[in-house]
Amino acid sequence: MSARPGELPRWIDIGLLPILNVLMALMVAGIIVAAIGADPLSAIGFLVQGAFGSGYAWGYTLYYATSFIFTGLAVAVGFHAGLFNIGGEGQAYIGGLGAGLVALAFDHLLPAPVLLPLAILGAALFGAGWAIVPAWLQAYRGSHIVITTIMFNFLASALMVYLMVDVLIDPGQMTAHSRAFESTAWLPSMREALAWVGIDMPDSPLNLSLLWALGCCVLVWLFVWRSRPGYEMRATGLAPRAALYAGIRPARVTLLAMAISGALAGSVGVNEILGLQHRLLLDFVAGAGFTGIAVALMGRNHPFGIVLASLLFGALYQGGAELAFEIPTITRDMIITIQGLIILFSGALAYMNRPWVERLYLRLRADPAKTEAVHG
Amino acid sequence: MTKAFRPATSAAPDPVPPLEAGRPAVELIAIDKRFGTVHANRGVSLAVARGTIHGIIGENGAGKSTLMSILYGFYEADGGEIRVNGRPTPIRSSADAITAGIGMVHQHFMLVDSFTVLENVMLGAEGGALLKDGAARARRELERLASEFGLNIDVDARIGDLPVGDQQRVEILKALFRHCEVLILDEPTGVLTPQETDQLFRILRALRDRGVTILLITHKLKEVLAVTDHVTVMRQGAVVGDRRTADTDAAELAELMVGRKVRLDIDKAPARPGQAALMVENLSLIDSRGVARLSEVAFALRSGEIVGIAGVSGNGQSELLEVLAGMRAPTSGHIRVGDTEISAARPADPAGMRRLGLAHVPEDRHRLGLVPGFAAWESAVLGYQNDAALGGRFLLSHRAMQQRCAELMRDFDVRPPQPLLGSSKFSGGNQQKLILAREMVYGPRILLIGQPTRGVDIGAIEFIRREIVAMRDRGAAILLVSVELEEILALSDRILVINQGRIVGEVAGTDADERQLGVMMAGCAPDQPPHRASGAS
Repeated sequence: MSARPGELPRWIDIGLLPILNVLMALMVAGIIVAAIGADPLSAIGFLVQGAFGSGYAWGYTLYYATSFIFTGLAVAVGFHAGLFNIGGEGQAYIGGLGAGLVALAFDHLLPAPVLLPLAILGAALFGAGWAIVPAWLQAYRGSHIVITTIMFNFLASALMVYLMVDVLIDPGQMTAHSRAFESTAWLPSMREALAWVGIDMPDSPLNLSLLWALGCCVLVWLFVWRSRPGYEMRATGLAPRAALYAGIRPARVTLLAMAISGALAGSVGVNEILGLQHRLLLDFVAGAGFTGIAVALMGRNHPFGIVLASLLFGALYQGGAELAFEIPTITRDMIITIQGLIILFSGALAYMNRPWVERLYLRLRADPAKTEAVHG
Repeated sequence: MTKAFRPATSAAPDPVPPLEAGRPAVELIAIDKRFGTVHANRGVSLAVARGTIHGIIGENGAGKSTLMSILYGFYEADGGEIRVNGRPTPIRSSADAITAGIGMVHQHFMLVDSFTVLENVMLGAEGGALLKDGAARARRELERLASEFGLNIDVDARIGDLPVGDQQRVEILKALFRHCEVLILDEPTGVLTPQETDQLFRILRALRDRGVTILLITHKLKEVLAVTDHVTVMRQGAVVGDRRTADTDAAELAELMVGRKVRLDIDKAPARPGQAALMVENLSLIDSRGVARLSEVAFALRSGEIVGIAGVSGNGQSELLEVLAGMRAPTSGHIRVGDTEISAARPADPAGMRRLGLAHVPEDRHRLGLVPGFAAWESAVLGYQNDAALGGRFLLSHRAMQQRCAELMRDFDVRPPQPLLGSSKFSGGNQQKLILAREMVYGPRILLIGQPTRGVDIGAIEFIRREIVAMRDRGAAILLVSVELEEILALSDRILVINQGRIVGEVAGTDADERQLGVMMAGCAPDQPPHRASGAS
């Protein structure tokens, strides 16, 4: 039958619905906040103020968002090839290792304009390499990528502990981190960069990685929607049998998609290691890999949506920290609950609001547009 | 099936009281249904007399399946009324339909392959927490039904082991077990051999003679004329004709369906075959479970001829197409295309076969031929996405792709001619025209076509067949696989009959007739009895 329910326009799909979902999550969060005896409205006030209230707040929010853009894009690229990459956390970790190794090896030898691109490349290559192993296992051995990427997160964690404790540790230190990089391996902070053009910005962890993340958004968009390999990737993700029919080799698509996905996740290392820490250390990814799944889900796997979702999650991270500081009854765990609610409503319950919005939209539309039915 | 249904017992009396003669078993009054902007049913009214076989015929997209889905409770109508036995009966779910005595046999069977017949019939009607009592009751009831309607079947056989015709009989038993008084059959003959179709029709007549009312949805004129008492013709969501079958004929029904005069036969000059374009030698395929799908298949396909592969679906035709198209490697044997030899040791891939000038219109349009999530202009280059004319080295030019799609749509009269529309939004016939256009535009030397007109409306069938013949006349070698014997007969210059993965016979197109092919299709292979014994005969 040609008769099928009409589809929603994009502004509802990637605009209105996510906003509705977030509002519902905030309402439920507000009820919980009220239940523990705090005022939901002032809580929201502190949260928004903490995330966007000052240049300093913006800096932190955008710094968090940068990592989420990378991991969100990583999940989205995998998704378009029909692959669910859960391994962003591990790929980001190993990506940081790649950036750090390049920095440690060459920071005495190379000037910043040569070293930084190399280190950025190192992050991408290490992330890609870490993702290609599960991809190869799925493409040629049939082991499921969800399982293997989860396991590779643990492997990455174990490997990093070994390397940081036994190999790369700065001798004479109690904590497991490497020596600090020479300043040639420091990605300029946004404050420095803006100072060059005469803009004053308070100090924050925000660095030039944000521009690279936005550049990656454009590149991902070009690749997925404009390029020949992107066409093949989307065909494979949407209809694997049709892709096979079209002469597209699924194994190659799997390898390529995961390599790109891993490279994007690995770029978190650029933000954290080159941009902020300026040394290798443990646990710098801090959940960004997993948050990327929620970000991609909420951003409908589109770079534009991912930027918006990253901003939201960045604001929650930053505003949440401020909120916990301002209202003592709202603890760090409460903030995690709010984040969990947003993930729940925009991820797991993403389609809850869809049916009634769709009905409403069609009812509003049906009358003016009495278009002719699509018939053969 | 849900709890709303009462388990059957042989002791239960007929649940519907006898009615005054003349009152229709089912009445649909002014049924209206929209899906978004698509008006699928426009004020459809229909009365089905008790104890008759009533055909509903129409092109794809005419709204007949929507109408039946409303009657069976899958969709709720936007307006109108359903009356069963003269009483207004709101039907909001299939449970309501079953309670009202309406049963449905779907086009794709709703059976659990690993369950036995008995277990399938009981599914959703287990009759209590313990299976044992319910099973015994169901067994007795099935035996009664089998003897009453001549629907003999081994109740302990596993569904997966039964031929398609028997599976369909299980579906009918399921409906009868639920006391159905009105039985809806949606395109029931698509998967049957001619002989199985005859058996089905015998069963339907037996059911009718015992008072069951039957609604038969089909797009096959011949079947409507063979078995129905009354026929309703639908076009574009509305009823355009209501005839006693005895008072009408194929030409009138076709004209009503399409809204203009249709030529059902095609003019075809005799073939002038040239060189062999594709040689198949001793081709065998054993699947991952060790089942032989193709055995020692050998034939030559020459340019300028159409070779039809006739066979009941599931006898290796799909696998043959996949191997020839390079989607699967053969287990042994060779395929020769020009100077290139393809074998197990040197397998091809679909992209490589396309480079050899082989195009493929796949059997499964929805899963293979198009990417349902793509817009038409994206699906319109599927398989040719690396064509240099469609963009630069790395990037595709959307404008070039949309331009290409618009040209294909114009040349093959795809409606609506909107490249930006989603691939899945087109009707079956228009999807098929788009795929054919895509595969024909490069002027392939070899064209593999699977089920060119399955689910395609009559108007488009006429067009598609003419294009296939025109392609042949331009010198293409065409291999045609179809489960529609009538189509094989109409188009083929030579016919190969396939059974259980073997070519069991070859007939010249001009000499072939349906009966002879049907016998070959059903069981020339010595290891398979022609048909499971059935009580219907």
